[in-house]
Amino acid sequence: MGDLKLPAIDYGALAPMLILFGVACLGVLVEALVPRKSRHAIQLTLSFLAIIASFVTVIIEHGTRKITIGGAVAVDGPTLFLQGAILALGAVSLMLIGERSMEKGGAFVSQAAITVGSQKDLRQAGEQPGATEVYPLTLFALGGMLLFVSANDLLTMFVALEVFSLPLYLLCALARRRRLLSQEAALKYFLLGSYASAFFLFGAALIYGFAGGISFGAVHDAVANPQRSEVLLYAGLALVAIGLLFKAALAPFHVWTPDVYQGAPTPITALMAACTKVAAFGALLRVLYVSFEGVRWDFQPVLGVIAVLTMLVGAVLAVTQTDMKRLLAYSSVANAGYLLVGVLALNEEGLSSTMFYLVAYGFSVLAAFGIVTLVRDADGEATHLSRWAGLGRKSPLFAGTFTFILLAFAGIPLTSGFTAKFAVFGAAVEGGQTWLVIFGVISSMLLAFPYLRVVVLLWLSEPGESTPTVSIPGFMTAAALTIGVLATFALGVVPAPLIDLTRDAAQFVR
Amino acid sequence: MEQTVEYAHATGTLSGIWLLVAIPLASAAILLLLGKRADKWGHWLGVLAVAASFVLGLVFFIKLGGLDAEHRSAELSMWDFIAVGNLHVDFGLLFDPLSGIFVLLITGVGSLIHLYAVGYMEHDPGRRRFFGYFNLFVAAMLLLVLGNNYVMLYFGWEGVGLASYLLISFWYGRPSAATAGKKAFLMNRVGDTGLAIGIFIMFATLGSTQYSYVFSNVGALSSTTVLVLGILLLLGAAGKSGQFPLQAWLPDAMEGPTPVSALIHAATMVTAGVYLIARSNHIFSANHTLQTIVVSVGAFTLLMGCIIGSAKDGIKRVLAWSTVSQIGYMFLGVGLGGGAYALAIIHLVAHGFFKANMFLGAGSVMHGMHDEEDIRRFGGLRKHMKWTWLTFMMGWLAIIGIPPLSGFFSKDPIIEAAYARGDWTSWLFGTAALLGAGLTAFYMTRLFVLTFHGPERYTEQNKHPHESPFIMTVPLMLLALGSIVAGFLLSRHSAIPQWLEPVTGEGEHDPVMNKTLISILVLAVSVGGAGLAWALFSKGTALQEQPAGVVVTAARRNLYTDAFNEAVFERPGIYLTRALVFLDNKGIDGLVNGIAAGVGGSSGRLRRLQTGFVRSYALSMLTGVVLVVGAFLAIQLGWLA
Repeated sequence: MGDLKLPAIDYGALAPMLILFGVACLGVLVEALVPRKSRHAIQLTLSFLAIIASFVTVIIEHGTRKITIGGAVAVDGPTLFLQGAILALGAVSLMLIGERSMEKGGAFVSQAAITVGSQKDLRQAGEQPGATEVYPLTLFALGGMLLFVSANDLLTMFVALEVFSLPLYLLCALARRRRLLSQEAALKYFLLGSYASAFFLFGAALIYGFAGGISFGAVHDAVANPQRSEVLLYAGLALVAIGLLFKAALAPFHVWTPDVYQGAPTPITALMAACTKVAAFGALLRVLYVSFEGVRWDFQPVLGVIAVLTMLVGAVLAVTQTDMKRLLAYSSVANAGYLLVGVLALNEEGLSSTMFYLVAYGFSVLAAFGIVTLVRDADGEATHLSRWAGLGRKSPLFAGTFTFILLAFAGIPLTSGFTAKFAVFGAAVEGGQTWLVIFGVISSMLLAFPYLRVVVLLWLSEPGESTPTVSIPGFMTAAALTIGVLATFALGVVPAPLIDLTRDAAQFVR
Repeated sequence: MEQTVEYAHATGTLSGIWLLVAIPLASAAILLLLGKRADKWGHWLGVLAVAASFVLGLVFFIKLGGLDAEHRSAELSMWDFIAVGNLHVDFGLLFDPLSGIFVLLITGVGSLIHLYAVGYMEHDPGRRRFFGYFNLFVAAMLLLVLGNNYVMLYFGWEGVGLASYLLISFWYGRPSAATAGKKAFLMNRVGDTGLAIGIFIMFATLGSTQYSYVFSNVGALSSTTVLVLGILLLLGAAGKSGQFPLQAWLPDAMEGPTPVSALIHAATMVTAGVYLIARSNHIFSANHTLQTIVVSVGAFTLLMGCIIGSAKDGIKRVLAWSTVSQIGYMFLGVGLGGGAYALAIIHLVAHGFFKANMFLGAGSVMHGMHDEEDIRRFGGLRKHMKWTWLTFMMGWLAIIGIPPLSGFFSKDPIIEAAYARGDWTSWLFGTAALLGAGLTAFYMTRLFVLTFHGPERYTEQNKHPHESPFIMTVPLMLLALGSIVAGFLLSRHSAIPQWLEPVTGEGEHDPVMNKTLISILVLAVSVGGAGLAWALFSKGTALQEQPAGVVVTAARRNLYTDAFNEAVFERPGIYLTRALVFLDNKGIDGLVNGIAAGVGGSSGRLRRLQTGFVRSYALSMLTGVVLVVGAFLAIQLGWLA
């Protein structure tokens, strides 16, 4: 029995995840032991501290390049950069999640299990403060995402996928208002998510069959020097990729996105749009760049078609949307397409520009959803587009901010949207994928229409009788919006520091 | 040009040159963003910001003077402005003798005019907005002269264009002001496009827009490239500086408040073209044909401005055409090359003082006369406005070149240099410049006499002209002092040329005539012109426009340049747009609307796939899975690929 050896573990390199998971567990204890009144403040503080501590450890570890804990986790440039990005975006999402001043009790319901529409439910909707379980759940999700982008074998990646997905399914169901929609969204997300996870797992099994190992390094070696039938390889690659494409919301695996984005509480939608996207693309980058580089010429055209499809479907469907959250959902689908174009450049530039895009888009989309939480009437958020008509007259500052964010989405210069799109398209041209860029530009043009339509609606329409009011944002929402807008502007004007950072980080370990 | 151009890095105090731009910019942002809350004190903040920049500029200027000629420059790279592929553009600043002089002119004259504007705009409800735009202009102008590459210059260039546009149509309620703003905007667009294409060419052929790199490597370009590049830069310069053929917007720009006319459309912004050419002297000196073109533009414009200026009756119109003509002198100077660059800059600085002085004087006159502009309705004002009269007189004597005022020391050498060009063109350009001096004396004297001397010809509501408040006359006195003293200072002839030598280089031919003879001729022509005007107009003038001969009518119609523009550009342009609109409606719109309808339609149809049922979502995902796996296997089996 003496030859059972524990693998070497570099706790420093794992610290960002360990901190988040540890504090999340602590948060569960807080739920059990601390009186209800003081939970919100404690949980919020704890979560922020955890994220900050985790971020600090990421910075401390910035030079680490190693594979640890028995080959399960790779800590390298992309890992650390993406972990930092997830944490930074997660902190801003947490500000939106923690906001309690605009609606009594916050955006979350206190007891989600009460039958919707019953007397009891109406009472709690009006009064009780929201569930504080959202904080540990958010931390678990963020921790899972950190693990997801650092996983160095298919099984760890699968575990991480589940670790961050399950809390998100729950969080989606917790909206205070329109809870039936919220629960329906959560259930859809859960069912389809499990469906996609199954494909991922099946694919992992096939690849194990092909390579005789599950670590990305082993798969890479087997691809370079195949020993078994390549049918296993290609079928496995396809299925694993599908699992990841689902999370990244790429067509035709995007079908859940609009429904879930619309139904989920808006702060959670923001979290998914920003952080989940980073995690999903981080994993996709690692799988494709590390394991399957040897068959790049085979998967490039297939994924290219998917990118084109995604860009077109997202843009075309955004045109006829009438709900702000659904519009933003389709816009995020199209953006996933642009990101995939960057990924498919399959060169160092592609890696760095995709990472840049993830950060730039994350901050903008957080600001966008942050603004959505502000437009309210007696029934909560007023997300139907017709209700936004003429808001520019009533609240020019708000409408100006939103216009700026929409221009960033449309890729107008002096916003991060322009620099980010320029970076991924430039990388794709360099990588010989000009055809993808052509479709990307066409799609961007189509997508500019719905954005500008909203701008026109805001400024040039007459406000109607039922135009809702724009709430004065609470401190945390205001902070989140400020950060989002400033980042969108700064990355558009002085993108160089972040671009340099992504370039320095653009090297995987194998 | 085989020489290499290098700039020393900014160290010590000089590394703070970014403050010059940042202070007025911050002030503009505060004034424009705070809105009504800043109404009470906003104008003082505006004045203070420019004055602070001036003090800083002075400190930096003195520091720079302490360096030896070899290293008399300070380049400050702040961050990568644009970095894509091969294109690298620094956000960098350069403080060297040339930009130093401009900084002092802009902030010095700018401070005085800001101060004046506090009084001038006192009763205007938009005063805070005015100062916001004014500060914005100063910041952009400083960026223009302080950039260390052409893209920064272009940034500032567009910034001053924007500020100028906003300020010309400051009283946007008046249709004439709105139209003038539009005209300025469109004509500048023509020039700016030229400049932009010039910068593109620079990047395409040299791979950089950095001054040091471009100037060091301009020798590697073919002479045709240099010619094209130079003409494009000249087009930009002509647009901004109101030179032929893009001069028409400048006189109309007088629709803006008078301080704007003084600062932007007389002293600083309109000299940006001169700055551009002086800065690019390595490019312009590299091609003789190019220099001839610049000189021709300058000579032609200076005569044109004089002739039209003689026929105008609006006090600011005359001054505007005089600006066009004086900038013509500067273009003539920079076109001559060599040592004449410095002469043009001297004239530019001197002109900045005396023209700002006269514009503010004109503003003061209008202030006391219920905004009357027509000089036929003035007369005898010296009794009512002592200070305005006295200070205006200094400007008048300075511009017509009476020693020892500044115009004599700045214009005279340019005429000499024109006679020293070296071939038969010396006679052509020298004589044009000489003739211009006589005409200048004529129309400026006409303006002066009709305004301040002779019988009073006031309209009913202007019976009691009054002097302007102290806050307006003090800047006038200081500027008048500048019009006098600048002459003494610049008369130490070699001071500025030596100071600028690191930037422009030296070199001079001998004139075709004796220098003293030229000086005497210039003086004689000027005094003659002035005397003629005095004799004709000291008795007053008719109150209505009189029938006149061909020349005067042509001059009144701006030498038919507007008619020319209308016939050659505007009419065909309108027909072209009509044709294009027709094509657009029938062809392109049909296509676009078709595509839009197609997108909308397919969007509508695709939406129906989004049923909300998990089962159908799962089915569409499964379809995707089958297709993706199928495609991969097909590739593996070699069916695709």
